[in-house]
Amino acid sequence: MNLTIKCLGFAAAMGLAASPALAQEKLKVGLVLTLSGPSAVLGQQARDGFQLAVKDLGGKLGGRDVDVIVVDDELKPDVAVTKVKGLLERDKVDFVVGPIFSNVAVAIQKPIVDAKTFYISTNAGPSNLAGKSCSPFFFATSYQNDQNHEVLGKVAQDRGYKKVYLLAPNYQAGKDALAGFKRHYKGEIVEESYVPLNTLDFQSELAKIASMKPDAIFTFMPGGMGVNLVKQYRAAGLADRIPFLSAFTVDESTLPAQQDAAVGMFGGSNWAPNLDTPQNKTFVKDYEAAYNSVPGSYSMHAYDAALLIDSALKATGGKTEDKDALRAALKKADFKSLRGDFKFGTNGFPIQDFYLVKVAKRSDGKFQTEIEEKVFDDYTDAYAKECAATN
Amino acid sequence: MTATLLLIQALNGLQFGLILFLIAAGLTLVFGVMDFINLAHGVQYMVGAYLVAAFSAWTGNFGLALLLALPTALAFGLLLEVLIFRHLYDRDHLDQVLATFGVIVFLNQAVKFIWGAAPLNVPVPEIFSGSIEITDGLLYPVYRLVIIAAGLAVALLLYVLVSRTRVGMLVRAGATNPQMVSALGVNIQRLFMVVFGFGAMLAGFAGAMVAPILSVEPGMGDNILILAFVVIVIGGIGSIRGAFLAAILIGLVDTVGRSFAPNILRFFLDPATASQTGRAVAPMLIYIFMAAVLFFRPSGLFPAKR
Repeated sequence: MNLTIKCLGFAAAMGLAASPALAQEKLKVGLVLTLSGPSAVLGQQARDGFQLAVKDLGGKLGGRDVDVIVVDDELKPDVAVTKVKGLLERDKVDFVVGPIFSNVAVAIQKPIVDAKTFYISTNAGPSNLAGKSCSPFFFATSYQNDQNHEVLGKVAQDRGYKKVYLLAPNYQAGKDALAGFKRHYKGEIVEESYVPLNTLDFQSELAKIASMKPDAIFTFMPGGMGVNLVKQYRAAGLADRIPFLSAFTVDESTLPAQQDAAVGMFGGSNWAPNLDTPQNKTFVKDYEAAYNSVPGSYSMHAYDAALLIDSALKATGGKTEDKDALRAALKKADFKSLRGDFKFGTNGFPIQDFYLVKVAKRSDGKFQTEIEEKVFDDYTDAYAKECAATN
Repeated sequence: MTATLLLIQALNGLQFGLILFLIAAGLTLVFGVMDFINLAHGVQYMVGAYLVAAFSAWTGNFGLALLLALPTALAFGLLLEVLIFRHLYDRDHLDQVLATFGVIVFLNQAVKFIWGAAPLNVPVPEIFSGSIEITDGLLYPVYRLVIIAAGLAVALLLYVLVSRTRVGMLVRAGATNPQMVSALGVNIQRLFMVVFGFGAMLAGFAGAMVAPILSVEPGMGDNILILAFVVIVIGGIGSIRGAFLAAILIGLVDTVGRSFAPNILRFFLDPATASQTGRAVAPMLIYIFMAAVLFFRPSGLFPAKR
């Protein structure tokens, strides 16, 4: 008796695995984002962007009902790995989407790729994932980390700034940022100043900047640090004298706190809310109506990630089992990206345009970045050639 | 030029030191008088900043917001004392550390739940929003001078309170020998409560004062708490005077050291090595300073006499 039940159960399980009716099952997408701590607003933007896309697509991706499972990585790589393993083994997700931070992105790569699951980054683009450790299961709808910094380096070079003051927090991403800036900037660097991570008072840096009188400053100060730096830079009267070039320092996640202090400051990006494409206009309008805040590039990347999955599944008829077919479909990037031109390079990172953006106050009193000029056209990251994967 | 830069950095150091003092004053009293390690003291600083952010959004006036925030911070400190900390005085330090750490985690999440994770913006009060040009090309915000003035005023007030009033005498006595004070018929429980509430209010005041120049965000009290502990250890636990001096010293060493360490090292090393070593050494300076002070005076600069 007991044996019969076991046999029946076994048969049922086998039958299920082989069932052709899999396409009817819900598609599962795991969102791994930082949703707690001081940087939680970035994760919230990405989550909202993805969910808005799913809503716009009628609750389906590629014709299949979709189950979006959101987990908080707490900005801790070890926590992220545990939660990602849960998504892979317990929830059996078809895609992992996220994360925001590069240290998390590197940590979760191995379990996802080992499980032969597709991994779509909506923000983090560390150099090793773009170069030596690239993977055929990895795609990014964002950028390689250095690229936004390179935009400002190119601008500083093209505008003929002779002396630039560099300022970044003292950790890996800060050092990478300044290295990225220096890739195209060949002028004199009067000071390369590193402050401790989570510095909130920049008054002594500002005194140094004022005394050195550089032609411009370049900084990478994400989150609350950037809010303080911008407000203090403005209060010190430097904003009108020394151009403020930055990356990840003035964007839609920090502008609600920086407000007027940031107006006129520069950033580098692959997109801005005022980018003139019809899809983008609709996206920005819908996002603001739904979440009462201006979307940043974090939302845009996540929205595009959902469009990408949708387009690939449409090409495979909703099937995810044939990994090679799914990969080929993903690689085509057959969707209308909110940012306009978009295709994948050999390493799964986008080949796209980059812009110098400038903070502006809109007529409704809200703040956003606006495109000032295009700096790079169809730009490939510097690490793509180190990637040996054939995806 | 270097002299003016030094002056500006000294002003910055003084301002930073005074903020540290406002936080450390409460911490050193609570630690000294009650022998209670309160890791959640930094959270009071955050609460003060959030309160002033909320009240100034509501009233549109920073001064009014500050007037409302101070009693609220006091009430909040007392509430925590009655609900949680009171039950921990007789426990050992490890229990206190664990419980107060729990309070940090809880309150950091609570402010995020109420106000969201994004940093909040508090406008600088209109009358202090100007700035004065100290040196060519650098404007020094008047508001920072106001912080310095307010910090000094509070320090003076504390000095008078502690050394000239009856409550102050009890607090000093309590820091030296709480059992004796209790045996002499003083309600030590109430004394503890007064000290605790007052300390919480001072930390809240510090948070409220910096809210317009720093961003108000969850976890903002966590980093400053470590420095506040450094201050009270250098100053001597339980000593307001020690906390004051140590806070100013830490503020100056940190700010001036960070700014000039590479320049000073340039006398001994080639420029590239100097700036690299300077960057590495600058953040360590306050801890090197602490180690040096403790080497010569293991119980701090002005230990409460026992």
